[in-house]
Amino acid sequence: MDRAEFDDLWVVVPAYNEAQVIGQTLTDLSACFPHVCVVDDASNDGSGQIAETFFDQGVRLVTHPINMGQGAALQTGFEYVLSDPLMARAVTFDADGQHLAADAVRLARRLGDGFDVVLGSRFLGQAPDMGRLKRVVLKTAVAYTNVSARVRLTDTHNGLRAMNRRAVAAMKLTQPGMAHATEIVERLRTERLGYTEEGVEIHYSEYSRSKGQPLLNAVNILVDLLMR
Amino acid sequence: MVIQIVLIAAVVLIALVMGRGQGARGQALRRLGLAAFAVLAVASILRPDMLTEVAQLVNVGRGTDLLLYVLIVVFLTYVSTRYVRDQRAWRQITALARRVALIEAPPPRPEPSVLDASASGDV
Ligand SMILES: Nc1nc2c(ncn2[C@@H]2O[C@H](COP(=O)(O)OP(=O)(O)OP(=O)(O)O)[C@@H](O)[C@H]2O)c(=O)[nH]1
Ligand SMILES: [Mg+2]
Repeated sequence: MDRAEFDDLWVVVPAYNEAQVIGQTLTDLSACFPHVCVVDDASNDGSGQIAETFFDQGVRLVTHPINMGQGAALQTGFEYVLSDPLMARAVTFDADGQHLAADAVRLARRLGDGFDVVLGSRFLGQAPDMGRLKRVVLKTAVAYTNVSARVRLTDTHNGLRAMNRRAVAAMKLTQPGMAHATEIVERLRTERLGYTEEGVEIHYSEYSRSKGQPLLNAVNILVDLLMR
Repeated sequence: MVIQIVLIAAVVLIALVMGRGQGARGQALRRLGLAAFAVLAVASILRPDMLTEVAQLVNVGRGTDLLLYVLIVVFLTYVSTRYVRDQRAWRQITALARRVALIEAPPPRPEPSVLDASASGDV
């Protein structure tokens, strides 16, 4: 694939202890995108070293000195890519192998239709192996976020999103942990960003299920949101 | 008698240790509160009945009950101020750690103009 189309685009990949899968994720991403920023959230399993080997493919590694959570990792990535004056677009992409690079390409192209933000939605797309309980919890989170942020979305906690430079600069995430997903959605309204959703596939492998968010963490996220 | 000496010593020690802090206004307030606490504590140690008298004044049965209620309130206040402080400290740490991460990161793009300039300078 010709990567020149995306020379003005950075993929931001938050990563925390994903050594098993991050190599594959970066291989897939590098095939499509010339600029990838991995934010290693102080992993202790060598995820950072693996990312470093992709330097020549255009992968840049930013390393947190301490673990600060996915939201903090994303914000660090945003500030890094904003330091590139040629960056006009960015895509956020989880390191854990749940997204498809092809979906990221589609979302990025959708920005061309005049949207500031294009959000990936597994409920418009597919998440074949998602557990039933997970589905219920996520739908609840979607309902809550839609009401609190006054938007209308089908999926609010999807790690795959595309945004233009203005949206990246407007994010300024303060929630270090998982509550940042709600924060991003809130920015849509408060910063008057034009947005749309696009169906994407999310894959729940044995690995990502064992590593992903325990359902009980929903309680913590809710408290984070209520107590700020 | 022995228990009274031990308790008074403990109160004085706590007052001394906690009295040393930072932030002029907060420190002054904390010291005033501490002085009041120390006086009351010593008084209640010397005259244990006093607590019960105060308790009955506010319609609480025994002095120990009053102490428990006050303790619960103090503890909850502590938890909430602690939470606010932790949040602030965490925000500062995040900002600091992010600066460090960004400073140590490689530049986003190789800068051909700079490389060319240094190369031609060598020649
Ligand atoms: N859990 C966690 N993930 C982090 C952290 N910092 C960065 N990440 C990355 O954030 C991404 C998403 O994390 P997940 O725990 O899979 O969260 P999720 O995809 O919303 O939840 P699942 O649907 O259960 O997979 C991954 O690429 C992680 O490596 C952190 O401190 N904790
Ligand atoms: Mg995941």
